[in-house]
Amino acid sequence: MLSDRRPILLANARIVDPSRNVDILGDVLMADGIVRECKRGIGAAGVPEGTDVIDCRGKLIAPGLIDMRAFVGEPGAASRETLASASQAAAAGGVTTIVCQPDTSPAIDDPATVDFVLRRARDTAIVHVHPMAAITKGLEGREMTEIGLLKAAGAVAFSDGAKSVTNAQVMRRALTYARDFDALIVHHTEDPDLIGDGVMNEGEFAARLGLLGIPTAAETVMLERDIRLVGLTGGRYHAASLTCSDSLEVLRRAKDAGLAVTASVSVNHITLNENDIGPYRTFLKVAPPLRGEDDRKAIVAALASGLIDVVMSDHNPQDVETKRLPFAEAEAGAIGLETMLIAGLRLVHSGELDVMTLLRALSTRPAELLGLPGGTLRPGAPADVIVVDLDVPWVIDPNELKSKCKNTPFDEARMQGRVVRTIVAGRTVYEIV
Amino acid sequence: MPPLPVPAARPIELALMTIAPKSSFVLSRKHLLGIDGLSRAEIAGLLDLAEEFVELNRQIEKKRTSLRGRTQINLFFEVSTRTQMSFELAGKRLGADVMNMSASSSSMRKGETLIDTAMTLNAMHPDIIIVRHHASGAVELLARKVDCSVVNAGDGAHEHPTQALLDALTIRRNKGRLEGLTVAICGDILHSRVARSNIILLNCVGARVRVVAPSTLLPVGIQRFGVDVARDMREGLDGADIVMMLRLQRERMNGSYVPSTSEYFQYYGLDEKKLSYAKPDALVMHPGPMNRGVEIDSIVADGAQSVIREQVEMGVAVRMAVLEALARNLPNA
Repeated sequence: MLSDRRPILLANARIVDPSRNVDILGDVLMADGIVRECKRGIGAAGVPEGTDVIDCRGKLIAPGLIDMRAFVGEPGAASRETLASASQAAAAGGVTTIVCQPDTSPAIDDPATVDFVLRRARDTAIVHVHPMAAITKGLEGREMTEIGLLKAAGAVAFSDGAKSVTNAQVMRRALTYARDFDALIVHHTEDPDLIGDGVMNEGEFAARLGLLGIPTAAETVMLERDIRLVGLTGGRYHAASLTCSDSLEVLRRAKDAGLAVTASVSVNHITLNENDIGPYRTFLKVAPPLRGEDDRKAIVAALASGLIDVVMSDHNPQDVETKRLPFAEAEAGAIGLETMLIAGLRLVHSGELDVMTLLRALSTRPAELLGLPGGTLRPGAPADVIVVDLDVPWVIDPNELKSKCKNTPFDEARMQGRVVRTIVAGRTVYEIV
Repeated sequence: MPPLPVPAARPIELALMTIAPKSSFVLSRKHLLGIDGLSRAEIAGLLDLAEEFVELNRQIEKKRTSLRGRTQINLFFEVSTRTQMSFELAGKRLGADVMNMSASSSSMRKGETLIDTAMTLNAMHPDIIIVRHHASGAVELLARKVDCSVVNAGDGAHEHPTQALLDALTIRRNKGRLEGLTVAICGDILHSRVARSNIILLNCVGARVRVVAPSTLLPVGIQRFGVDVARDMREGLDGADIVMMLRLQRERMNGSYVPSTSEYFQYYGLDEKKLSYAKPDALVMHPGPMNRGVEIDSIVADGAQSVIREQVEMGVAVRMAVLEALARNLPNA
């Protein structure tokens, strides 16, 4: 494995570094696991002996992606996904850091489990893995977890995963207590009572399919409550997955008021809408549900303007037994680690988003929010770097995907652009020859 | 001893002669999963064919042979009396071998999934499977996994195409047409597959549809279905040619959607007074089973304007028409 440790020069590339608003033609030199230089014209002459020189021929180089929301099945659901398989999928998708979710079995709600995940990742994963820990013990929404100890053990943020903390008093205390540790509270904003028996976005399309709907108010009501609590407590808060224009108004007000509020959207909600469900396609059943086209457009616009901070995959592997069911009975969730960037590039190709903004939401912003060192190509940063061919056309074959489950909403979809090399800590972990 | 009288005519033999089908209508599709997607011509073709079966079903000899050798499986994941019996009778009268499989007796109770059940049945080479399931889209899912024709006998709150067809046949026989009629559909629209199929069919053939329900029982987006939404029965039934009542499921009655059955009956139950808002010759319909005193008063249900029992009769004829029209399109037909 000696060659792994050799310096790498990525030459003749289009370098896009959102952390410095840089979009130039140039070279990137990496050695000892860190970025040494990133500028125009380093050239093969200016590198140490033994450097692997890779001619990128104008392909795009960017900081490795940081996926702020991915469900991995360890511990407790290794048949769906292991840290190893998730990291393989991540590498193929240009994700160099996975932030795994605490809704495992058992939940990641004590320091020993954080430690377990970190050790398993160190031994089996080929990309960086950082766990989020639960806000409440057992994700039950009642008692606060050991936020201080969990953070010290390596939890990068606190979230009850796909569950909402419905008790406002519990949420208030968590936000207040977390503030003392400068811990970020990440919250899934969906009121379970307003969800009720709903399984997709409420509206004409749900009515036609005979499926019960989930109103956008299920999200907005919870977000409004949270923002009031953030105002009350001064905590640091991140909305885990916003889907509708009403939520954007709430978010805008919170940001204008100077509250420490940020937000993510999933790649599914910026590239798909409820009509993609078509004839009850359960791979398109996600939580929160896909919304209408007006909401999708509003979210993309908010992403372009910077109102939305982060794009995440919401990776959620589900196997045949939980998906090959009538729509209402199927589990929600779609895999996304491997397709997040490529799906996001659809917006770049359609002119809805520029590539700098997309990459910022996929790397620089998550790094800033979570206090991670990546998300930049500044000299001295970790050598987590990806090379992307923006234009190559291909068709997603679910059987080729690295994830253990194949529940991709982009099943056999035509894509333009592909990750051709992923480097983690100066070592190439994925490449297309 | 006088000679035995020689019967001049034996009317029984006339009855034994089955009427040769005049309609040669073929449903050029493999499945009937919903009204959505059917053309006006296809709906008319099915209704015309059904008319012939109405006549056949009133004879002593009701048997036909067009489905002889065919196997029909009635797969009912949700309990049903009239629909299942109606399909069974329809299949048998056309000469098919009919097998019934219902949720209470099947391996579904042992945890077998819908798909596995479908694959198992498919291996037995049926020609037509009739499916009812409590989940919207389940019949379509099953249809994708089997080789034979599939008829939707009701899937969740999605569609119940043969109910809409039998309702249309009942209306057409009584009113002589469908086009231009005003049909008020009243009750739990939100959870009703009967309402959805009827709205689509009636819109397709040029009738005007009104829906009347408490707002908690109307789906969001119903206005986009091309219907008028009425707030109360007086407005909804005003000048209606047809009053179509829907069943209110027990679990909706107590507080979650409507406060009580008595309040529901007061405002939305069809009694003589509310019926008087409709045209004097308006028809009263109900897909059954009825909750007397909840959505409909017995006096109205059994009254002169009620065609509820005729709907049941039309049900058999319409299902025969659907089976026949699909069978004409089966391989080796």
